[in-house]
Amino acid sequence: MKKNLSYLDSVHRDGRIWNLSVMVLLLLFPVVVAVVFGVLPDWKALGVGLVATAPMYWAVGAIETVTFVPMLGAGGSYLSFVTGNISNLKLPCALNALEQNEVSANSEEGEVISTIAIATSSIVTTVIIIIGVICIVPLTPILSAPVLAPAFEQILPALFGGLGVAFVSKNWKLAVAPVVLMLILFIFVPALDSGTVGIMVPVSALFTIGTGRILYKRGVL
Amino acid sequence: MEFQVNHPILFIIAGILIAVVLAQSVFFLVKALKRSRQLGMDQKKIRKTIKTAAIFTIAPAVAIVISIITLSKKLGLALPWLRLSVVGSLSYETVAANNALSAMGQSLGSDIPLTAQQFVNVLAVMTISIMMGIWLVPVIGKKLQGGMSKLSNRDAKWADTFSNALFIGMIAAFLGFVFCDVSRLWDPSTRFVTQTVVENGVDVETKVPVSATSGLIPVCVMGVSALIMVICGLLMRKPKLKWLSEYALPISLVLGMASAIPISLWLS
Repeated sequence: MKKNLSYLDSVHRDGRIWNLSVMVLLLLFPVVVAVVFGVLPDWKALGVGLVATAPMYWAVGAIETVTFVPMLGAGGSYLSFVTGNISNLKLPCALNALEQNEVSANSEEGEVISTIAIATSSIVTTVIIIIGVICIVPLTPILSAPVLAPAFEQILPALFGGLGVAFVSKNWKLAVAPVVLMLILFIFVPALDSGTVGIMVPVSALFTIGTGRILYKRGVL
Repeated sequence: MEFQVNHPILFIIAGILIAVVLAQSVFFLVKALKRSRQLGMDQKKIRKTIKTAAIFTIAPAVAIVISIITLSKKLGLALPWLRLSVVGSLSYETVAANNALSAMGQSLGSDIPLTAQQFVNVLAVMTISIMMGIWLVPVIGKKLQGGMSKLSNRDAKWADTFSNALFIGMIAAFLGFVFCDVSRLWDPSTRFVTQTVVENGVDVETKVPVSATSGLIPVCVMGVSALIMVICGLLMRKPKLKWLSEYALPISLVLGMASAIPISLWLS
C-alpha cells in the first residue's frame, strides 16, 4: 500500500532532495572548472582562505537556520537557504504575505502562503538578475550612476520602515521592550554596526520571546 | 584551454546551476499552489500574493544586479552571477573572495588578471564557506518545524505569540541597526567611514571623514518609508482604494529609497 504522506512530510522529503542535490552541484562547480582548465587548486592558500572565512560564516549559518526556519515555514526554508537574501528579501516578503492574507504562520494555510511568496520572489529575483547580466553593458552606467547610489545604500532602512509600521502597530505591546533595547544597544555600543546586525537578530528574537512569555502569562497580550 | 574570467564555459556552467535553482523555485511554487486549491483557499487572494511578492522583489533584485557589477570588475561576470543568484551577499562574497585572494598575494582591487588556479580557489572558498544553511535545513528543519507544531497543538495562542515574537525580534534588531551611526551627532571620533582604495595595485584602507548628521540619513529614510506605509494604511480604509493593500510595502520601499537621494545630499 502506498504510504500516505501529509503535505508537510512531502515538503520535507522534496526539500531534502532538492537542497542536497543543489549543494552537490554547487560544490562541483570549482571541480569542473579545475578539470576543464587543467589546474589544481593552490591547496595551501585554499586552507588559509577557508580558515579565515568558513568558521565565522558557518556559525552565522547555523544560528540563522535555527532562527529563520520557524519564521519561513518548511517550503520557504528549503528555498530560502538555497536562494539567499533571507532577511533583506525573502522573510519580509513572506511576512507581508502572511499579514496580507491574515493567516497564522503556524497554520497549513500560512505554510502554503509563505512558500508561494518566497518561491515567487526567488523566481523574480533570478529572472531580473538574468536580464541584468544580459544587459550589463547598457545598464552599468545607469545603475552605477552616483546620483542613484544613496537610494541603493538605504534599501534596508526603506524596507524596515514600512514593514516595521505594519508589524509593530499590530503587536505594539510585544514590540516596546525589544525596540527600546535594540535602540539603546545600537546607539551606544560602537561595535554594533551593519556587520553585526545578523548576530543581533537571534539575540533580539530570544529577548522578545522572553518578554513575550512574561506578558502572555500575565494576560497582557 | 586558455583561461579568462569571462570564458564562455563559465557562463554555461553557471547557467546550468541557475536553471536548477530556478527549477526548484518553480517546483515549490507549483506544489504550494496545488495544495492551496486542495485546502480550498481563495485563489483570488493567492494571485494577489504572487503579484505583491513579484512587485516587492524588483527593487531589492536590482540592488543585487548592482552588486554583480561591483564584483565583476575582478571576478568576471559568470562567477558573481551564480554566487548572487544563490545564498550569499555582496558583503559575504567580498570577504570570502578577499580572504581567498590574499592567501595567494592577490586582491579584489588589483588589476592583475586572475589565473585559472586563483579562480578555482576563490570559487571554492566562496562556495564552501556559505554551505551551512543549505544542508542544515534538510538535517534539522523537520525537527524545528515539528517543535513549532507541537507548541501550536498544546497552546495555539502562545504559539502565535511565539511566532510574532520572532518576527518582532528580527524587525527590532534592524530598527536598532538603522540608528547605529546616530552617535556621530555627539561623538566626533565616530565621524568616518572606512573605504578600500587601490594604490599601486594594492588595497589600502583609508578613513574618509563624514558629517555629524550623516548618521541620521538612514533614520530619516526609515521615517519616510514608515510615514508612507501609514498613509497607505489610512487610504486603504476607503473601499475604492482597497487595492492599495497589494502595493503598500513596495510603494513605501521604493519611495523610501528615492527619498534617500535628497536626504543624503542634505545631511552628508
